Amino acid sequence: MQVDLTVNGVRHALDLDPRVTLLDALRHDLGLTGSKKGCDHGQCGACTVLVNGRRINACLALAVMHEGDEITTVEGLGEPGALHPLQAAFVTHDGFQCGYCTPGQVVSACGMLGEVREGWPSHVSVDLEGPVDLSDVEISERMSGNLCRCAAYTGINEAIREASAKSEAAE
Amino acid sequence: MTTQFKMDAPQRPLLDRTEQGVIHRPLDRPEGPLKVSGRAHYAAERQLPGQVEGVLVRATIARGRLAGMNAEEVRAMPGVLGVFSDERFLRNPAQGGAGEAPVQGVREIFYHGQPIALVVAETLEQARHAAANLRPSYEEAEAQVDPATASDVDRPDKRRLDQGDLDRAMAEARASVDVTYTTPPHHSAAMELHASVASWEGERLTLHGSYQMLKYNKAELADSLGIPEENVRVLSPFVGGGFGSKLGISPEAVAAAIAARDLGRPVRVVMTRQQVFSMVTHRTSTRQRIRLAADEEGRLTGIGHEDRVYNLPDEVFSEPTTQSTHFLYAGANRRLGQEVARVNRACTGSVRAPGEAVGMLALEGAMDELARVLHMDPIDLRRRNIPDRHPEQDIPYSARRLADCMDQGARAFGWSPGSRREGEWLVGQGMAAAARINMVAPSEARVTLRGDGTALVETDMTDIGTGTYAILGQIAGEMLGLPVASVDVRLGDTDLPPAAGSGGSHGASSAGSSVFLACQGLRATLAERLGCEAEDLTLKDGVATGGNFRADLVDLLSGGDLSEEGKFEPGETADDASQAGYGAFFAEVAVNRITGETRVLRMLGTFAAGRILNEKTARSQCQGGMIWGIGAALTEELSFDPRDGHAVNDDLAEYHLPVNADCPPIEVHFLDERDEMSCPIQTKGVGELGISGAGAAVLNAIFDATGIRVRDYPATLDKVLAGLPD
Repeated sequence: MQVDLTVNGVRHALDLDPRVTLLDALRHDLGLTGSKKGCDHGQCGACTVLVNGRRINACLALAVMHEGDEITTVEGLGEPGALHPLQAAFVTHDGFQCGYCTPGQVVSACGMLGEVREGWPSHVSVDLEGPVDLSDVEISERMSGNLCRCAAYTGINEAIREASAKSEAAE
Repeated sequence: MTTQFKMDAPQRPLLDRTEQGVIHRPLDRPEGPLKVSGRAHYAAERQLPGQVEGVLVRATIARGRLAGMNAEEVRAMPGVLGVFSDERFLRNPAQGGAGEAPVQGVREIFYHGQPIALVVAETLEQARHAAANLRPSYEEAEAQVDPATASDVDRPDKRRLDQGDLDRAMAEARASVDVTYTTPPHHSAAMELHASVASWEGERLTLHGSYQMLKYNKAELADSLGIPEENVRVLSPFVGGGFGSKLGISPEAVAAAIAARDLGRPVRVVMTRQQVFSMVTHRTSTRQRIRLAADEEGRLTGIGHEDRVYNLPDEVFSEPTTQSTHFLYAGANRRLGQEVARVNRACTGSVRAPGEAVGMLALEGAMDELARVLHMDPIDLRRRNIPDRHPEQDIPYSARRLADCMDQGARAFGWSPGSRREGEWLVGQGMAAAARINMVAPSEARVTLRGDGTALVETDMTDIGTGTYAILGQIAGEMLGLPVASVDVRLGDTDLPPAAGSGGSHGASSAGSSVFLACQGLRATLAERLGCEAEDLTLKDGVATGGNFRADLVDLLSGGDLSEEGKFEPGETADDASQAGYGAFFAEVAVNRITGETRVLRMLGTFAAGRILNEKTARSQCQGGMIWGIGAALTEELSFDPRDGHAVNDDLAEYHLPVNADCPPIEVHFLDERDEMSCPIQTKGVGELGISGAGAAVLNAIFDATGIRVRDYPATLDKVLAGLPD
């Protein structure tokens, strides 16, 4: 069936089998292989993309459900030579090893920082209302939907902390 | 030209005299920007013209024969191009370094989850739907699925050692422990699904796969297909984690190649996460009896370490559980041995630090128990039992800073065991030694100095997250006097010189040495052109100096390329000394008095593993290893159904990898060391050292906090809860 997907600001008219997941549409039909498939069951977070600014697992969504949505993948955040501050911080802090979960981590962190800015509480938040203090436990809790078997969590959290502090300083 | 070298004698540490100053530095990974921006392409991301999709189908019985299947019906489904169940399909994945076909033939069924067929269709959705509709019928046979009760048990001679009289040592000991530890099956669970894209040009096969040891994988694939090796090319420039599960060729590669040849179109086969759990190797469970006998001062007089593991019938691999027990501690009376239960379960093989990863969980727990019996500090006990010479082979040790690691680690950590209470939490500390044997393997590389003064390193070595791209660039940069930005590194292609591959932590030392040797050859040529002895040559920032001469590298090259191959081979030093990486783990945990939940509050590792080539990537390796230790200690357990042997928790929601919130910041320190017996760059393996003993520190800390000794890994809530006061 005909589906219009807007990915990283570009509109694509696609003719898709209704069974095609958003993840497979990105990877197979649009050649945007930055979003990774690690489980296809919403369990690992490697396929995390932003839909209208909110992070979701692209493997759990059908492409046809997202006509008209603004979809952002890791490719849309930055590229070599012009990396997003989060991407650059992941490199500096070695927040990855094999790199397979990394796009999901980066996109998830991007969405997560947005949630924090909007004051969304998490399971470990001391208060349900008011601004969120981005403590180490808050970062760990909010990033626990993104598995990393290389276990680069120390570097991932350092990278997120640095990128978050830099963006706050810039504001 | 080729510079060949066999490691028969210690080498002078040339890398300590070169002047570029890039070795050891914590430089960023050069491929980092590609990875963080989603531009690094992994196996499944190859999209070739005309490519079609294959989905594997698995057996749903543990033992028997495939009697038939509704292949005709499935072939008629929309988009379906073929249903394949070839006699050359792999029944078992290849073991690491096999270099030949593993067990083939999928009509004979030996385990639940074994591949039996491949369904190929135009699209993934069509292939997946068709595969789900393939209905095999079986002639079932009796299966043995439980290693505890299996009747077919091997006792390999190579794992047996009887030295002195352990029974007598135990009877006469002033202090002893005789305990049995168990560890469950573990899975590598690399984030990237195992995937292959196969395409043929005439008789030549190209496979984009996700593999760790390409020269072996090429041979395994060729042998499986019955074609000459020179007709096969395997590419794995990026590998999304391996941890042993991608050492040997696995079923998707051979199935994709056979289907692609038949259809005349490229075929992509990506395993599902559930298929990964049964079709590639996992780590066996272990049951380990440890006996320690000591005198009144804590000097070991005897060590016993006997284990039971499992594997499929006819598989040669068995977990070398007692590997580090052979050399780590003293004790004149020693008994080591192994039983291998033959069961109809998915194939077992190497998972990160085969041997030490589970053997040290038991040994280091038992050492903690002995320290308690003796009322000794566990560091003291270990220090007293560091042998002067290998207690079985009577050879010396190469560089070994175990005592320094324990002492310096204890200071950095603030070692002060003793339970304290914080609200409903009991807090305690634990430690364990780290030890992992050091290995090297034959490896080749080509280094080209290009006319413009930049360099290119080429080898079929892989980077599975280990930092190969970074360290090979650093070695070449250091040797040739170039900043790393001027060195390009090409990996993961069997058209390049064959390397050791990534396995057994031997990659950095072996492939690194081959690059070092190639650069030595280039240095000799440059010295000659400059007019000085190679000994006197200094290369720094593109300038060569020596013997009162000075020239720009570009001028010495006079516009032409200069190429050299380096060939490294292990030699006599491997037998002349006991070589291992060492370290010490420290953990502080909080155990909830109400729920039995354990939280790791902080963890520190201090390691000595020869020269550290890149402090940043080495640190990441050790941090990752230690988190694997947390997983082994607290969460990871692959369960098999006792009725039909199927892997029950075969996905990432049920097989519990440590997640971000399970892990405190992990502190890692390296001690300065050179191991001249290991290789010409004085390095040792580091990728597996961080796991080897880590989990024991966590369980020892649980004991310190609660007085509860869990010997049945992992220490899940139920096991801790059983020992807590009501």
